[in-house]
Amino acid sequence: MKKYHPTRELFLDRMRTFYREPEAIFWTYGFPLILTILLGIAFRNRQPELIDVAIEQSPAAADLQRRLADNDEFNLSVLDPQQCREHLRLGKVAIVVRPGDVLDYQYDPTRPESAMARAKLDDALQRAFGRTDPTPVKNTEVTEPGARYIDFLIPGLLGMNLMGGGLWGVGFVVTDMRVRKLLRRLIATPMKKTDFLFSLIAGRLVFTIPELLFILGGGLLLFNVRVQGNWITITFISLVGAVSFAGLGLLVASRAEKIETISGLMNLVMLPMWLFSGIFFSSERFPDVFQPFIQALPLTQLIDALRSVIVEGGTLIDQSARLLILLAWGGISFLLALRIFRWT
Amino acid sequence: MTLAACCRDLRKRYDAKKKNPVDALVGLDLEVRTGECFGLLGPNGAGKTTTVEILEGLLKPTSGHVEVLGRKWNGREDDDIRQRIGISLQDTRLSDKLTPRETLSLFRSFYNQGREPDDVIRMVNLNEKADAWIVKLSGGQKQRLAVACALVGDPELLFLDEPTTGLDPQSRRELWDIIREQRTRARTTIITTHYMDEAQRLCDRVAVVDHGKIIALGSPDELIRRIGGEHVVEFDLIRHDGQSADVDIDFFTELPSVNGARPEGDGFSLTVTQPHLALPALINKLQARNLELARLTTRHVSLEDVFVTLTGRRLTDEEISSN
Repeated sequence: MKKYHPTRELFLDRMRTFYREPEAIFWTYGFPLILTILLGIAFRNRQPELIDVAIEQSPAAADLQRRLADNDEFNLSVLDPQQCREHLRLGKVAIVVRPGDVLDYQYDPTRPESAMARAKLDDALQRAFGRTDPTPVKNTEVTEPGARYIDFLIPGLLGMNLMGGGLWGVGFVVTDMRVRKLLRRLIATPMKKTDFLFSLIAGRLVFTIPELLFILGGGLLLFNVRVQGNWITITFISLVGAVSFAGLGLLVASRAEKIETISGLMNLVMLPMWLFSGIFFSSERFPDVFQPFIQALPLTQLIDALRSVIVEGGTLIDQSARLLILLAWGGISFLLALRIFRWT
Repeated sequence: MTLAACCRDLRKRYDAKKKNPVDALVGLDLEVRTGECFGLLGPNGAGKTTTVEILEGLLKPTSGHVEVLGRKWNGREDDDIRQRIGISLQDTRLSDKLTPRETLSLFRSFYNQGREPDDVIRMVNLNEKADAWIVKLSGGQKQRLAVACALVGDPELLFLDEPTTGLDPQSRRELWDIIREQRTRARTTIITTHYMDEAQRLCDRVAVVDHGKIIALGSPDELIRRIGGEHVVEFDLIRHDGQSADVDIDFFTELPSVNGARPEGDGFSLTVTQPHLALPALINKLQARNLELARLTTRHVSLEDVFVTLTGRRLTDEEISSN
């Protein structure tokens, strides 16, 4: 083995320039993790909330309070009539009940929580006064991991990150080297162009593994997002995604001579995928006429494949059509990039 | 005598399709001999860098014949040439967060044969900075590293494009030593510069380039001799009665040992072979005309004088910065 092997040296330098750049580390690993945490918190599944109910002050108030004492769905308070109106107006309570021979519910039917409070409170009080249900019922609660928003979100974020990493990790690096005239300097040596491109792609593949661990590991530890499918399958799909977007990144950067140009082009390429590819919500929400376009986007295919394996436990074979579309994007971009690439 | 590089009738037109094409080279001929240090000299925009980049295979000439180390840039022999040449380009910025040692290992890996990175680091005197990030290096150190990258493949032919531009005198001298070392090993160096003193000190032969062609070629001494005289005498005149000194150029060329005279600023500049003959004669003649010397300096002719004589223009800093 040669003491100085070009592919190895190029690859090592890719590693070094990456891990010595704190910003690059943050945007590749830290940012998606923070995004996962924030979105996970924002859309977390809450415990069912108590319904705030005010009972208007009167001799019968204590009786109502006692009848509802066993019920843990309500947060009861006894207030004078003026306070009751005020609390209702400010939304501090969902409903006010005035005791009497006829129970008087005061609520705003246009507010969903008020309308729900009306139904629940009435149901509870009627039973408390002795109503019997004609048929017995049983409640089975099904809040399971896998069906929550965070479970939907994690594969989307992973796909988004693989796209960003591939496009920026290759496109930005190449353009930066061109701006510095470093590409020109390298091409003036006997360096093989294929060695150079190979080191870029190989670098992307290696950086993908920690990305995968950070996002899926973060999801598992923080939100108990369980991976239903095979880890090797997920890794393989992620690597295919990383290579494809690296090819696309190379194409986008093949002629850019300024950092501003590449930034603009990157955003232009990524924007449709951010919107349509189902990162944050299902792409099926768009009308049918959009679907052929949406399905043609590489990120749609990547996220669908990841979601299928991570959430539904799909197999690699199930994803073959998606992976083919993804690879076609990467392969065609790469070949095109080689043809039009400008070294100087 | 073998040639390290040559080109004949080299032409380069930029933006040939547009309305105002720029002719950077208009028929340039060049022969660089093996083992010499060859200087391309001229103001910025003269075509030096274009010439060098065509020789390096980075630019394609619009027309003309180019041969480097007996081979041509034709696709088949490119790699062979690249293995044998070393290049330092103008303003390449190497990766900030790599060290000189890492950078040199990378460049070394591209060549089949070459020097050890550590040896090259020693040659360019970067031992103390070998493991510092490049971003921490001074301008002179970065420039020495750029030259080190050119040397690490142990090239038969070394191209240095303006290696000392913008460097302090100390850094310039250090680079000169590195370049001289190359010549003692019978390697060829092609260097471009707009510093006349640099060419004079380093180069066996220089070609003066102006407006895309070579206007003079020879050893620095030859070129200096060609303008007649090895000394320059510069002076201003005043009249005793305070009136302006209205003197014709011929007045000076008739003096013994004076080979050339031209106005220079408010005064005159003479090229002289033997100052000890010319100066007394000058003073006598002035006294006879009731004229007096207000200022007098003598110095050796430099390549700067050659350039001025050939083009009528100075290589001033303003010209350099405006290009």
